[in-house]
Formats: sequence, structure tokens, C-alpha cells
Amino acid sequence: MTTQLGGPATRALPASDPEPANRRERGTSVAGLAVKIVLLGLLVSFAVWAAFPLAQDEHWVGLGILVAATALLLYAYLTPRHIPAKYLLPGTVFLVIFQLFPVLYTAGTAFTNFGDGHRGSKQDAVVAIQTASVTQVPGSTEYALSIATTGDPATGGLVFLITDPATKKVSAGDGSGLKQLPAGDVTVTSSGKVTAARGYTVLTVGQASARSKEITEFAVPTAGGAIRSTGLSRAYEGKAGRAYDAATDSIRDTTSGKTWKADDGIGSFVAADGEKLAQGWKVNVGFANFTRALTDDSIAGPFLGTLVWNFIFAICSTGFTFLLGMFIAVALHSSRVRFRNLYRVLLVLPYAMPSFAMLLVWRDMFNTDFGLINNLLGIHTNWFGGAMTARIAVILVQLWLGYPYMFLVCTGALQAIPGELVDATKVDGAGAWKGFRAVTLPLLMIALTPLLISSFAFNFNNFNAIWLTTEGAPFPADNLTNGATDLLITYTYRLAFGASGAQYGFAAAISIFIFLIVAVVSTISFRRTRQQEEVYS
Amino acid sequence: MRIRTAGVIAASLLCLVGVAACGDKKEDSTTAGPQASAATGELVIWADDKRSAALKPFAEKFGKENGVTVKVQAISKDQQTTFLTASQQGSGPDVMVGAHDWIGNLVQNGAIDPVQLTAEQKSGIAANAIKAVTFNGQTYGVPYATENLGLIRNTELAPAAPATIEDLVKEGKKLKAAKKVSEILCLQVGQNGDAYHSYPLYSSAGGYLFGTNAQGDYDPKDLGVGKPESIAAFKKLAALGEKGDGALKRSISDQNSIATFTGKKCAYLVSGPWAVTDVKKANLKYDITAVPGFAGGKTATPFLGVQTFYVAAKGKNKALAQEFVTNYVTTPDLAVALYNAEPRPPALTAALDQVKGSDPDLEKWVTAGENAVPLPAIPAMAAIWDPFGKAESAVIGGADPEKTITAAGKTISSQIK
Repeated sequence: MTTQLGGPATRALPASDPEPANRRERGTSVAGLAVKIVLLGLLVSFAVWAAFPLAQDEHWVGLGILVAATALLLYAYLTPRHIPAKYLLPGTVFLVIFQLFPVLYTAGTAFTNFGDGHRGSKQDAVVAIQTASVTQVPGSTEYALSIATTGDPATGGLVFLITDPATKKVSAGDGSGLKQLPAGDVTVTSSGKVTAARGYTVLTVGQASARSKEITEFAVPTAGGAIRSTGLSRAYEGKAGRAYDAATDSIRDTTSGKTWKADDGIGSFVAADGEKLAQGWKVNVGFANFTRALTDDSIAGPFLGTLVWNFIFAICSTGFTFLLGMFIAVALHSSRVRFRNLYRVLLVLPYAMPSFAMLLVWRDMFNTDFGLINNLLGIHTNWFGGAMTARIAVILVQLWLGYPYMFLVCTGALQAIPGELVDATKVDGAGAWKGFRAVTLPLLMIALTPLLISSFAFNFNNFNAIWLTTEGAPFPADNLTNGATDLLITYTYRLAFGASGAQYGFAAAISIFIFLIVAVVSTISFRRTRQQEEVYS
Repeated sequence: MRIRTAGVIAASLLCLVGVAACGDKKEDSTTAGPQASAATGELVIWADDKRSAALKPFAEKFGKENGVTVKVQAISKDQQTTFLTASQQGSGPDVMVGAHDWIGNLVQNGAIDPVQLTAEQKSGIAANAIKAVTFNGQTYGVPYATENLGLIRNTELAPAAPATIEDLVKEGKKLKAAKKVSEILCLQVGQNGDAYHSYPLYSSAGGYLFGTNAQGDYDPKDLGVGKPESIAAFKKLAALGEKGDGALKRSISDQNSIATFTGKKCAYLVSGPWAVTDVKKANLKYDITAVPGFAGGKTATPFLGVQTFYVAAKGKNKALAQEFVTNYVTTPDLAVALYNAEPRPPALTAALDQVKGSDPDLEKWVTAGENAVPLPAIPAMAAIWDPFGKAESAVIGGADPEKTITAAGKTISSQIK
């Protein structure tokens, strides 16, 4: 533990060092320069790689940010000045990418109706509605199809060569319509596929699939509708049942004449009788998600109860694990205990196991009829069936999973407390308990309070602890969306991805509420900690 | 100073190399039309783990025959959500393999295109499978396998197939009294219920989920949960529950129901074709029959699930995807290979006839599913699962059926927009 790690070739100098810059530059080794060049080269090539798709999709804002960020990084590392920036920039970049961006993205989503049925743009919805309404003209012919071009396979104009299965007559179709080809000009297989035609280049599957997009959009107009391809070897005569009319901004059904008018407030096409088309689009809905969370009885009602339980869960999970972990750590801190290290290893075991798997194992151990716990105790409790027992069960599981961590950090912090202090309390005539209360615990708390706060914040949103054990159960018979052990985060998850399809916008709004709660709690706690440190220092 | 200029020059050189490398690609794409990646004709198929493995050889064969590259990618979790999100971003597949009850949601998100099958192709596929993939009068995929619940019975413990649920419970109680089994029936409920597994009993007791409209499609406005029929049905389930016969218990869940059956702790298991592999491993003598209904009740109708090939609406290579799905998936060879990967009855009649001889169970599953109703694919169905399951577990645990089901009906109808 005492070996010095090989540092950089130069002595790291504090930024405030009054040494002139050129001295420092001379200290740069060739190896260091090579590494710097390679890393910057990688950065630039990454930026270039990322730039093309952005340019292709015309995301100019994103491209601008990319160029600016790259330029900033290059400037920072190629100039001898701005030493602190050299250290701060990488961290800042990652902070922006992995912390700020998701937070801002979530906040942005919270003001939209993004979710199932409202995922894309209005254009997407219109395309989807029209595509879904294309049906085969009743009683029309199914043709065998070959895809051909006039001229070059990659760029020439597309032509559908279709064969009528009954008459074996071949017609060529393009944007202007169909025209029959003389039988002498074409070679047709027994299945009716055209393999060669005079004046046309018949495409192979590979060549045709390269022009896939054009082929799917290609339609040969006919009297009854249009001939479209289905795959690359069959064609049918189809007719779009619904069409979008840009002038009135509505969808019209060609057979019934019913119209659905676009409503940009909710992102759906709505008919006069209130019927909505299933395919909607994403729109900004302002504060609607937030007001819904606050005013909808089925959500706002249980929200408070869930919040209270959420606090109880986080406090109990953190508090009990801390008490148990500290108790064991103090007990094993005494030099009179033999086999201390063996005990320590055994106690850390739950921490070494993957919690994901352990939670599932615990869930099955609490099973009423087959579970280990009931079988051992010889009782028949339905643990997850009653609100109180389910809550006790999840906290017990958290206790088992969490105490080794607290035990470890307490052991570490105890080692740092000088033995003389404890001895001094004995000299002053304090008993073990008083000595612990007056000296050891306050000193421990200085080191551990930040960890307790972070543990609290983690447990506040401990999704797995609930989802993998009870899934929020038990649910009261008259409220099936919000269970007795639900945390806000599991409840949000159910809203976003559970019952009625994904509602990302609404879930994002709830996430913001959760974030505010955790942020407030953490801020207050950290303030208190600082006061505490001032007392002891 | 000199060193710094060297650095700048080196960096800009690298930059140029990078631009050149990417620039080449850029030039390619401009000459080959708008789809750079499709220039070679590439088809991307997404499926779950098991089916990906079975699809690979066929996909390669299709690729070789047609001079295109076919990529099969396994999506192991949350296939539907993954597919929707990826499609929206333009990084989705051309062909997606999944369950037919996704259709409603995929259509409302504009993620799949209808497929046009010839009358001949349609007649080669089981009629109820075609019905399952038909939504708003359009066919939205090509079915390749069906699945439905049945009653798997340990013939050593229970030689005769029960005609009704009452018979089953009577027989189960006898076995339990004789200490031969510890459970009357293995039908997974779990702490939060299981709508899929309880539906045959619910339907036999007269409950329904959605009414049907004039075209025979499910009508989301006619919700059966919360109606008097459903309350009566749940009273019957409650009578089988923990406070009644004890045939339905919350402690039996998806985790342990099959294991309890293969451990000979119960004589009857309500499950699907996926359970057979485990049952065979346990060397049990078993038989498969339809899930029995209540005496004097309606026929018990399990849900029919249909595994389907979809054409992605936002795929890069839709023409090729249509070709693969409509003209290649409809061939028996592929269906047989998929059956070998996972023993579910093929939806293609020709394929079913091919494998029927070697696997007597298939015929039994098909018979058990004769009365099966296709899982509703309307988006409103998403609102049913969770509340219905929770109501079921509450009632089986002894809650008041009327209060519980009325609340479930309210919850569901408030979520159906």
C-alpha cells in the first residue's frame, strides 16, 4: 500500500504556480505528446463520424453543438494556457452528456403527450393512416410481378412487368398506367414471372431491394385504384380507403365520406361524433401532465399515501441497515473477539451476491405455501397478501441486502478513530455505552452522514427492491393502480409502461415531482451535516 | 511553440484522414441512391432468442437464393417496446417476429404495414390464426404458430380427464386427502393475478372482456369487466379460491406452477405448449385435454395466441421484407424449423400435417384450442391485463367480488381513451 505509483514524467504543478508557461512546455515528453495527438485525433475522428448522420438528417442544431464542443476541446488542449480547464473539461463533457442531457430531455418530454399512439410527427400519422387503409379491390386479379427498369438498373425509371395468371398476358406499368406487351417481346416462366423483356432491364432481387423505398411507393394507376407491389414477385390492385386533404387538414374516408379533422391541441384526428383515429402524433400539451398528476383523483389521492410510505421505506431501509451494520462493526472492532476476519468475511457475503437474483430468491422464500420462511417457522402467513406484512417483508429483505455495506463503512470509519480517545473516556470514568455515545458515535457520524444521505436517496428510488419482490402488492380491492408497497418510482413505472400502454410524457412529469422531492430532502440533509461538522471541528 | 504547431498539424492530418474515410462512404451513398445501407440489399429480422436461432439458416438460405444479405438479431427482452422505440428512431428492423396481440398498439403507432396475402395462401393457414392477425379489416402479418392453454394431466394420478371443473376439484381433493398430492390444481395466479391463465374459467362462468361489433371485431366501448356477468363469474372463481375449495391459490405463481406439477405435487396443470418440455424432462405420463368449464356453464374458451411475422412500416427495405414475409414465410419448411426450435403447433396446415405424425401432443393442443378465442389485439386490451389480474388475485384471496370487480371495471374504462 505504500508504493508510489509511477506518475507523469513531469511533476504535476498547481495551476497557481507562478512558473512561466514555456518552462512547463519544455517538460512535455515525446511520449506524452504522442498520446495527446492520438487522443485528440480519436476525438476528431469521432466527431467527424458523428457529424455525417446529423448532416444527413439535417439536425443543424445538433451539428452546431458537436462542432462547437469539438472546437472547444481542441482549443483547450492545444493551447498552453487554461490549465484548470484541461482537468475540468472531460468531466464536464461527460456530465453534460450523461446527466444534464437526460434531465433536460425528461423535462422536455414532460410537456408533451409522447406515448403510445402519439410517438411520431403528424406526417408519420398521416402516412400510417393512409397505408393502413389500402385494401385489395374486391374481385381484382393477383398478378405475378417482375420489377424492371428502362435503362440502368440503379437509376433508370421503374417499370412493373405484370402477368395475368389466367391469360398469361404481360403488361408493363409505370406512373402513367398500364400497356400490354406483345407476347414475342417477353420471356415468361411457368409460374408467370417475366425473366426478360425487350426494351426493359429485369432486376435481380438484390438490385430491386436496393431501390426498395421507390418500389413500395410506386403505384400504377388503374381505373379501380392502383397496382401496387406486395414484395418483389406479386402485385395486386389496391385502393386507399382514406386520404388526407391538406386544404381542410382532415382525413376523409372515400367510401363512407366520414371526415376526421386534425386537432393539434391533442395530436389526433377527431370526427364530429368525437371518434378519434388511433394514429395520433406528438404535440406539446403544456402543463397538462402536471395538472393531471395533481388533479386526477385516482393519481393524486394515493400519491400522498405512497409518498409517506416511500419515506418510511427509505428511512427504515437506511436506518435499520445502518444500526445493524454499526452494531456488528463495533462488536467486531473489539480485539477480544477471536476469528474476527472470518466473521467479517461471512458477514460481507450478502453484499457480494447479486442483489437482482437475491431479491427474486427472497420473493420465493416469502411464498405462503412453498416459501422457506413459513415452512421454517411453521406458520401460514400470506406475507405479500397483507399491507403490513408485505411492508415488513420488503424492509426485512432490504435489511439483509444492505447491512453488509453499512458494516463495511463503519468498520473502516472505526479504524480511523484514534484509540487514545476511547481510552481517555475510560480514564474519565465513562462506561462503554457513554464512551460510545460521547466520542465514537459523533466521530463516526462525520464520516458516515454523507453516505447515509446517499443511501437514503438510493433507497427512495429503489425500484428493484419493490418490483422484483412484491411488484407493489397488495392492492386494495377498490384501487388497483397503487399498492401498499408501491414506491413512487414503481408507481411511475406502472403508469408509464404498465396498464394502458406507454405514457412517457406523463411519467416524465411524475419523475420531475420525484426529483424535486429527493432534491429537497438531500439539500436539507447536507445543510444539517455541514452544521454538524462545524460543531465537532 | 514548435511542438504545438506539430500537434496542430498532426491533429488536422488525422482529421483529414477521418473525413476522407467517411467521405468515401458518403460518395458511395450519393451514387447508389438514397439508401446507402440497402445498396447491397440488406434485410434485418428481429426475433426473440429461441426463434432467432431457428431463423438463421433459413434467413441465410433466402439471402443466398436472392443475392441479398439477411441479418437475424435476437432481442431478448421487451421486444414490442424495443421495436417501437427503434422504429421511431429509424434504427428498427425490416421484419419483426412477435405475438399477434401487439397488432393494435403497433398499428396505432404506425409501426407495421398490412400484408396482402392471396386467397390461396390464406386458405393454407389455420382460419382462427388468420382471424387473429386481422385488425380493422386488414391482415397485419403472417402467422406461423399458435398457442393456447390446455389441461395437462398426470395420468398416473388422474387416469380420467375431468369433464367439468367441479369433477377436477373433487378428484383433486380425493388425491389430497390420500396424501398423493399437496395441491388440487396448478393454475398460476401469483400475488398480482394472471388474466391469461384465469380467462378460460372466467369465460366458462359467463364473463367476457369486450363485446363484438357488427364486423365481428372487438368493441372497446363494450367492456365486460364490471358488468353483472363478470361479477357472477368472479363469485364462481372466489368459490374455487382460498376461502372456498382452495383449488386456486395466490401462492401458485408462474415461478412454481410447472415445477409443482413436474414434482408430482399436483395432478392437474393449466398451461401451454411451452410447459411440455419440462414435463417430458420429468418423465411423467401425461395427457393434454381442453381446460374444463363449470358444470352447466358456458364452454371454457382459452385465449389463442398467434406468433406472427410483421413487416415494419419504417424499415429500410420494405419491398424485400414484404417478399420475405408474404412469399417465403408461407412455405412449410420454415414453419417446421420454427416448430423444432419450440414445439408450438404450426399455423400452416401443411406444416402441421408434416410434424403431426412425430408429435402426438400437437393434435391434442389443437383440439384443446378448438374453442379458443384470439387474444384481443385492440389497444384497449393493454388496459385489461393489470387491473383484471389484481382483481382476480384479490377475489381468490377472499375479497368481496362485487366491490373488487366494479373497481376493476372503473379503472379499466378510465384508461380506455
